[in-house]
Amino acid sequence: MSEITLQIDGREVKAEEGMTILEAAQSAGISIPTLCHHEKLEPYGACRICTVEIEARGRTNLVAACLYPVEQNLVVRTRSEKVDKTRKVLLELMLAHAPDAAGLQDLAQEYGADKARFEKESSFCILCGLCVRYCAEVKKKNAIGFVDRGTRREVIFIPEIASKECWDCKECFPLCPTEALQATFLLTKALMSPSPTRAPESEE
Amino acid sequence: MPKINSPAELEELRKGILSNRDPNKPCITLCSGTACHASGSKEVAASIEEEIKKQGLSAKVDFRKTGCHGFCEKGPIIVIHPEGICYLQIEPKDVPEIIFQTIKEKKVVDRLLYTNPSTNEKIIHEFEIPFYKHQERLVFGSNGKIDPKSIDDYLALGGYSALAKVLSQMTPEQVLEEVKKSNLRGRGGGGFPAGRKWGECRNAPGEIRYVIVNADEGDPGAYMDRSLLEGNPHSVLEGLTIGAYAIGSHEGYIYVRQEYPLAVENVGIAIQQAKEHGFLGDNIFGSGFDFTVKVHRGAGAFVSGESSALMTAIEGRVGEPRPKYIHTAVKGVRDRPSCLNNVETWATVPLIINKGADWFAQLGTEGSKGTKIFSLVGKVNNTGLVEVPMGITLRDIIYKLGGGIPGGKKFKAVQTGGPSGGCIPEEQLDMKVDFDELAKAGSMMGSGGMIVMDEDTCMVDLARYFLDFLSDESCGKCVPCREGIRQMLKILTNISKGKGKEGDIELLEELSQVTRDASLCALGRTAANPVLSTIRYFRDEYEAHIKEKRCPAYVCKALISYYIDPEKCQACMICLRQCPAQAIAGGKSQIHVIDQEKCTKCGTCFEACPPRFGAVKKISGEPVPPPIPEEARMIARKSKENE
Repeated sequence: MSEITLQIDGREVKAEEGMTILEAAQSAGISIPTLCHHEKLEPYGACRICTVEIEARGRTNLVAACLYPVEQNLVVRTRSEKVDKTRKVLLELMLAHAPDAAGLQDLAQEYGADKARFEKESSFCILCGLCVRYCAEVKKKNAIGFVDRGTRREVIFIPEIASKECWDCKECFPLCPTEALQATFLLTKALMSPSPTRAPESEE
Repeated sequence: MPKINSPAELEELRKGILSNRDPNKPCITLCSGTACHASGSKEVAASIEEEIKKQGLSAKVDFRKTGCHGFCEKGPIIVIHPEGICYLQIEPKDVPEIIFQTIKEKKVVDRLLYTNPSTNEKIIHEFEIPFYKHQERLVFGSNGKIDPKSIDDYLALGGYSALAKVLSQMTPEQVLEEVKKSNLRGRGGGGFPAGRKWGECRNAPGEIRYVIVNADEGDPGAYMDRSLLEGNPHSVLEGLTIGAYAIGSHEGYIYVRQEYPLAVENVGIAIQQAKEHGFLGDNIFGSGFDFTVKVHRGAGAFVSGESSALMTAIEGRVGEPRPKYIHTAVKGVRDRPSCLNNVETWATVPLIINKGADWFAQLGTEGSKGTKIFSLVGKVNNTGLVEVPMGITLRDIIYKLGGGIPGGKKFKAVQTGGPSGGCIPEEQLDMKVDFDELAKAGSMMGSGGMIVMDEDTCMVDLARYFLDFLSDESCGKCVPCREGIRQMLKILTNISKGKGKEGDIELLEELSQVTRDASLCALGRTAANPVLSTIRYFRDEYEAHIKEKRCPAYVCKALISYYIDPEKCQACMICLRQCPAQAIAGGKSQIHVIDQEKCTKCGTCFEACPPRFGAVKKISGEPVPPPIPEEARMIARKSKENE
């Protein structure tokens, strides 16, 4: 692996080829906020909170730090007017779903995001996918997944798998930045419970 | 069929096919593309076959069911060769007359010809019809001449000669250079230089490389790739194989929408035929080059047309885009170098090889070479597919080829580039159409969709429509795209319902910026284009909706009312009888009045009122005048005898 030198927030940072901007920054003690990132999981690039500004080949661009591979002489700014503004709006969009989510409060304060800017949406989930990806990549169970697409996308437990696998695991619970996951699980549980009052033979 | 092992054998085969064909023998071609199929060409085909037999002409005339001719407005279309006599909107009952008159008696059936609407003059030949006359049909032209299910038809026109030339006379590097020199840019959307992409893929590390045809065309109103794949599948296969040779790939994919059944069928047949002839498979033309193609049927998601999503789908996973900070040409399908171009781009390649990069590069503009197929639809007289050189003006496309706006209405804007494109207003109609000019105007080439809109189109409603489409079709993975579109759609819906607020336009602009800057893939990065371009050119319409609660185009239902002008109403009962909501009061000789509470604003009364009365009016942004008092509603009619 060859060594690469890049500049982050005016500081010269050494990184290895194949690292992302986020990894390079973390190794140099520079913090970049993340929501959908997790060390044990493949980079995903969905929340875009790690958006940073880069200068490469004479152009300025916004990119996701968790995905963008480091390049020699790359110039990165983890804060700029544009970066801050983008993060603020992204937070406001997520706060419309989860206005009280613990994982969003500090960031909201830092970037001056107004949790009431957009009308409250009918879901607590910000679809960071930590639960889905953890279950698939680390536990290899796929007990929870995404369904539908676009603005109708949601996270649900697959009852048939969840009813077998989730009882003694629940490792995804603490990953959830909102209250959505446990609620979804409880809902699945409630829907799965067979009715005790009616035995199948009485259904005639 | 013995395999063709050399260019010489190919030439021999071609000569053999031609020697069995008399160029002077009449040949009836019938457009059997999807649009004509929908307007009844299958029935027409059956009656042509029957009638040829009935009139004992089986040996004297050929009949060929071809791909799309492009003039879909006037389908089903018959062109009789060698003269090129063109009959439009044919029904089965016209067939006996055509066969008898034109084939037997060599006479033209006047009533089936194209009539020039401005001069009323009848036009006999296809190439003289204005819709065709101003086109340069280099890629699309063969569609009307060949039966897509017959490889012989393609070979007769010199098919696979470019592949033969490449494999026998050129090194892969030379092919790559030729494509680079031609400055061919990808016809699928972004306009990325094809040669550069090929080079990047060729030079990327790895043993296995893929070439891919993107036939996942999904823009509302666009169907050029579909028609090309349906009508001339071998041209796409030939281009793909040439590309594979240049890139060093031995496996190709055609990713085609399952909803394009004819394209799936025809490309499947074409692959089988090409294999039998040895144009696909091992040791093509005895050159030692091997290449196979698989068809991957897409399950109908707009976002799967995005290259990285398409490649994810080929891997058998959900078609969601991946970050492309490393190009798919380097890391694509199964992380291997993968070169993807759309149908039209691949189909252009044999042409460049046969006629040369210099010939290609002299067509078009400085930055955009060659021709482009556009799908011209919407409020335009001649809807259909047109192929024109880059650099033609929008005005020429819409007026010279498209024949202008129907019904004497005024042109308002043209939406180019599909849901991620933008609207271009009247004052920019003289813009020369190419990749860069469209981008400068806030729109894009996209795959070449062109939706023409007249004065009856509300631009806020239009932006709302496209955002609604995208909110369904976004994969929903990243926040700026999913949530940005959701919020923009909400704001636009509110504006169109009269609930717009001061500051909404600025908020839309702010959301557009974030969606554009921070989204993961091109769908999100361009999703705001319909919003931004309509705000840019039609801000006054947004303001009228927000401030005056007025829809200037009288489209947004919540902002309009229907009103019967008592001065003009003749109490004819027509609107009253047709109103589905029974919202119109009145009677014979009694002026009609709309009950605004009951009215559902369906517009039936507006359509029903005879134009000579013109009593029903649309009102927006002002209160509906109070109904005239009951006692004043009687009309004193003169009795007929007194007139």
